[in-house]
Amino acid sequence: MKTAFQSFAMLVFLIWVILATFATLLPLNPDLVMLDKILIKPGFAEWLGYDDLGRPIVDRLIMGARTSLTVALIVVTISILVGTSLGVLGAWLGGVFDKIMVMVIDLFIAFPGILLAIALAGLMGPGLMNAVFALSLVSWVGFARLARVQTLTVKQCDHVLAARALGTPVKRILIRHVLPLIMAPLIIEATFALAGVVIAEAGLSFLGLGVQPPAASWGNMIRNGTTYLLIAPHVVLAPGFAILSLIISINMLGDRLRDTLDIKEQGNMLK
Amino acid sequence: MFLSYLLQRITNAIFIVFGITTLVFLLIHIVPGDPVEVMLGETASISDRKTLRESMGLDLPLFQQWTHYISGLIRFDLGNSLHSRQAVSEMLLDRIPATLILSISSLLTAMLIAFPLGILAALYKDTWCDHSAMFVAMLGVSIPNFVMGPLLMLVLALWLGWLPVNGSQGWPSLILPSITLGTALAAILSRMIRASMLEVLQEDYIRAARARGLKPMRIYCLHAMSNAALPVITILGMQFGALLAGAVITETIFSWPGIGQLLIESIEKRDYPIVQACILLISVTYILVNLLTDMLYTIIDPRLKLK
Repeated sequence: MKTAFQSFAMLVFLIWVILATFATLLPLNPDLVMLDKILIKPGFAEWLGYDDLGRPIVDRLIMGARTSLTVALIVVTISILVGTSLGVLGAWLGGVFDKIMVMVIDLFIAFPGILLAIALAGLMGPGLMNAVFALSLVSWVGFARLARVQTLTVKQCDHVLAARALGTPVKRILIRHVLPLIMAPLIIEATFALAGVVIAEAGLSFLGLGVQPPAASWGNMIRNGTTYLLIAPHVVLAPGFAILSLIISINMLGDRLRDTLDIKEQGNMLK
Repeated sequence: MFLSYLLQRITNAIFIVFGITTLVFLLIHIVPGDPVEVMLGETASISDRKTLRESMGLDLPLFQQWTHYISGLIRFDLGNSLHSRQAVSEMLLDRIPATLILSISSLLTAMLIAFPLGILAALYKDTWCDHSAMFVAMLGVSIPNFVMGPLLMLVLALWLGWLPVNGSQGWPSLILPSITLGTALAAILSRMIRASMLEVLQEDYIRAARARGLKPMRIYCLHAMSNAALPVITILGMQFGALLAGAVITETIFSWPGIGQLLIESIEKRDYPIVQACILLISVTYILVNLLTDMLYTIIDPRLKLK
């Protein structure tokens, strides 16, 4: 039963990824205004209906998926690169650098991240790039903390001590002997971070601080639709269920990964 | 021992508050955007701008502005709004009760949902009851509040007409925002309660209580629950920050006149002193709540004090 759900989640996730990747190749008209189709309800010929400007909702939904997943991918990549490097270096070097790292991490964790992102995006002015910057600034911390703690443990492992004793260059030790062992928890963290960033980007756009109209984003589609909630609920429901399906599928994949990449099992493999 | 731990936690909290204050100050000053232009408009003359800039102390070096800001904070002087010239501290005080009511009622809503869900899931582990409870929890973590809010509004307020659509209609208007804001917390809590309950049910004292022939209800509610609730308190403290941040979006959806709505309004008007103060207020509250939960935890669980 559980695996059936998880396979379904995988399928949903893949569909969104494929739609987002090839969105530009599809015959979509997300910005085409058709005045005779304003707020038309979903139906057989109308697909998911039309929004307040008579733009087709399916087309906007797919472009929105593209925006959402692109932002999430960029932010998570930046965060994982910056966070992991800083965390690993802090744990490896120790001393003053590590002390400062811990202080900065504590500071960022003591701060509700999305709030900082809202404030930053708001102050720098709304826009996609600013949203990416704001979200990256708050997302790297989780990876840094995780990488630091993991490296502290791996640093004491026999094979690392052996490599150091043999005079292996630090860069090689970190890349060949440390990183592979700390990857599993980081990948799991990355999956949940992906879901987090999708929600955060949509949240910023919902508040009018992220993706700016006429560009389509699930967040600004919901923001737009709330005005017409009573007469045309489909304008809100379509992006709402889209984001829900994507987030559930990512979260279920994360759970699946956590089960398969279980860190305890990895520990056994080492023995 | 307990006292020195407490002292250490408090110094740590003070350091973090200080750090955040500075961070927020720097953010506002590094980010492009000129408060003088906001106040006078783009058409103002250069000499007018210069006078205003000097009177606001914006021509001073950054470090001096920072010391001004910090010394103001210590006196609870958060500056004035760029638009209405009203004192920011007064504006915040106006808005605090609404956010406080909303957060507390969301917290209660979350607990009201999470405890039965988590306990049932643990007691009937691996049955359909457990699976469906955990599926609901999965839904709960996955649904963002800007989807949940409009959805509830649509079904319960617009279609069924049971509840008012938004703020200012007495306590019934509190229900929808509280559920919206509390859902994610309820989901996280119910998972936590389930895990914690499962662990506690394995303990010897539960078996002893069973052997003594106590009624199951009494065992679960009194013996198991009071112990399983401990880790839940920590999670509550940690999640409170997410709750406060979520309040920003929830208040916007339901036009709830709290701090979050003030923050978004001020961002739109580029009213920097208010933005700065709102972020600071939310962060400091978050840190204080975490400090309090830590202390509460030690008081409730005497075993920790002995260590």
